[in-house]
Amino acid sequence: MKNLFLAFYLALKEVFRNRGRFFLVSLVISLITLLVLFIAALGEGLANGNRQYVANLDAQLIVFLEKSDYSISASRLETNTARSVRRVDGVADAGPIYTSSTEIVSLAEPLKVSMLAAEPGRPGMPALIEGKYFRSGGAREAVIDRNVALRSGIKVGDEITIRSTQGVEDEFFRLEVVGMVAGQSYFFQPTIFVPSATWETVRPQSEADLNSSTAYPNILAVRLTDPSQADVVTRRLIATVPNIEVTDIATTINNIPGYSAQQGTVQTQGFFTLLIGVLVIGGFFQIQILQKVPQIGVLKAIGSSNGVVGWAAVIQIIVVTAIGVAIGGGLTYLFSLGFPPTIPLAFNGSRSLIAIALLLFIGPLGGMVSIIYAVRIEPLKALRLG
Amino acid sequence: MTNIALEVKDLVKTFALDGTTINAVDHVSFQVKSGEFVALVGPSGSGKTTMLSILAALLSPTSGQVLVDGQDMAEMNDKRRVKLRREKIGFTFQANNLIPFLTAQENVEFMLRLNGKADKAGRVRSAEILARLGLNDRLHNLPAQLSGGQQQRVAIARALIHNPSVVLADEPTASLDTERAFQVVETFANLIHENNRAGIMVTHDLRMCRHVDRVLQMQDGKLVRVYETKDEIMELARGR
Repeated sequence: MKNLFLAFYLALKEVFRNRGRFFLVSLVISLITLLVLFIAALGEGLANGNRQYVANLDAQLIVFLEKSDYSISASRLETNTARSVRRVDGVADAGPIYTSSTEIVSLAEPLKVSMLAAEPGRPGMPALIEGKYFRSGGAREAVIDRNVALRSGIKVGDEITIRSTQGVEDEFFRLEVVGMVAGQSYFFQPTIFVPSATWETVRPQSEADLNSSTAYPNILAVRLTDPSQADVVTRRLIATVPNIEVTDIATTINNIPGYSAQQGTVQTQGFFTLLIGVLVIGGFFQIQILQKVPQIGVLKAIGSSNGVVGWAAVIQIIVVTAIGVAIGGGLTYLFSLGFPPTIPLAFNGSRSLIAIALLLFIGPLGGMVSIIYAVRIEPLKALRLG
Repeated sequence: MTNIALEVKDLVKTFALDGTTINAVDHVSFQVKSGEFVALVGPSGSGKTTMLSILAALLSPTSGQVLVDGQDMAEMNDKRRVKLRREKIGFTFQANNLIPFLTAQENVEFMLRLNGKADKAGRVRSAEILARLGLNDRLHNLPAQLSGGQQQRVAIARALIHNPSVVLADEPTASLDTERAFQVVETFANLIHENNRAGIMVTHDLRMCRHVDRVLQMQDGKLVRVYETKDEIMELARGR
């Protein structure tokens, strides 16, 4: 304990008396922090934009068409599959989900949105935060997610016009906004929800699709009576219901087109930025220790233990890194206030916390070589014999 | 009865260099009493600094014994040697003497911190000893704000503040002009005598010997001559 107090004393005195030099290193660390946090926030934001709706589903399992490789866009289920699934033991409810995309054109700047259909009260339809659900059947009503409202200013009660290409013609449909749900981005776009019959009418369609008036859901969101029995119910579903494959939410997210590749890219960038941080911190402290060899020799010669010298180096590195991370965190927050909502940055995710923890860890990691070097310096260096 | 603070018995230190064995210290024996200030002199390569390193428990001898207050260093492990250096030995070095980011008073107090004695009385004592060395207006200056002589005086204060049995000085005047060098050695000698410590100063400058009680002359690792009388020492210091 006495060693630790002495180490704190030496470390903090040195940092304080050379605050200009140490502050510069903290500033470098703060810039690395800024970069790492932005990459983490971008990763979180992009992931949210891609998976938010699926991740928030009130369900444990997703039913796909057999051999669709868990790809939502490649899956198209029979209309009676939902009923068959609901009859399976262990299934509390199942809701069909229809996916498509369209464009709201009744705005100064058209807004591309995902257009999903789901049944109110069933898995797949998020809880309202304002207004009411649309009526069933072919009602020209829509529920928007908060991201739509944030980016366009559309409110509950407004009327919007969407444009969908059907065959070779652009068709325009007017929908009344009757409710709002929390953020439900899907496929990098904010989302509007419509009844399934309306979805079938207003969605972009090829010439061949126009001849059919039946809406086929892409997937089913399945809520279980006992979520811990997911594996058992999965096997039961596959055995009971024909032409389906079943998986969990995590696998569904990882199979959203581009999700894994995008996240891998962002994580690689984050990793290399952290690596640069390790090298910068390691380099600085190594140079510093090399400059202090005689001084450390004197410290040891007059009776300082290796513990004091080693801990002093560790404490200095932690202090300098922590100050850098704090400044970087503050700068990141200030910069984030100026970014428009179209840039997918999310600072509230676990990634930001992990990034901060990693940044605090890379300091001692980077300085490890210099710490070992400091501990190994012979006190004879003080007497010109070392 | 006079206390023997430091006793060296038949000390040998050999180094292997390019296949040959060099006797850096060759069967040397001597004693230093408390309150005695001894100079260790000799030409470059005579073994002075090697001897000082062994006395400071920084280097292990090949054979022989070094006893500080009767404790044999050879029987100590590394941890006990660090403790011995901290408690029983005071140091001044030729250069890089002080911790650059601590003020003069903090540098002196650091020895008390190392020994767990950095209380209010210790702070008063550190200020007193610095004042005694003429540094009462420099207590809060960093080493870079002090002259070479002032830095050496702070180092002397640090070497004595924790009441060590033995004070070792490695070329304490090497970076000083003649006038300041004499002042530093005189102050050092006075403090050694006043505080009843055993002091050993390694120096190649024989003029600095005029303030010591005894001179041990080394050559080729051997103790070749001991100057004990005042006349002998003054004659040596005058270069005759």
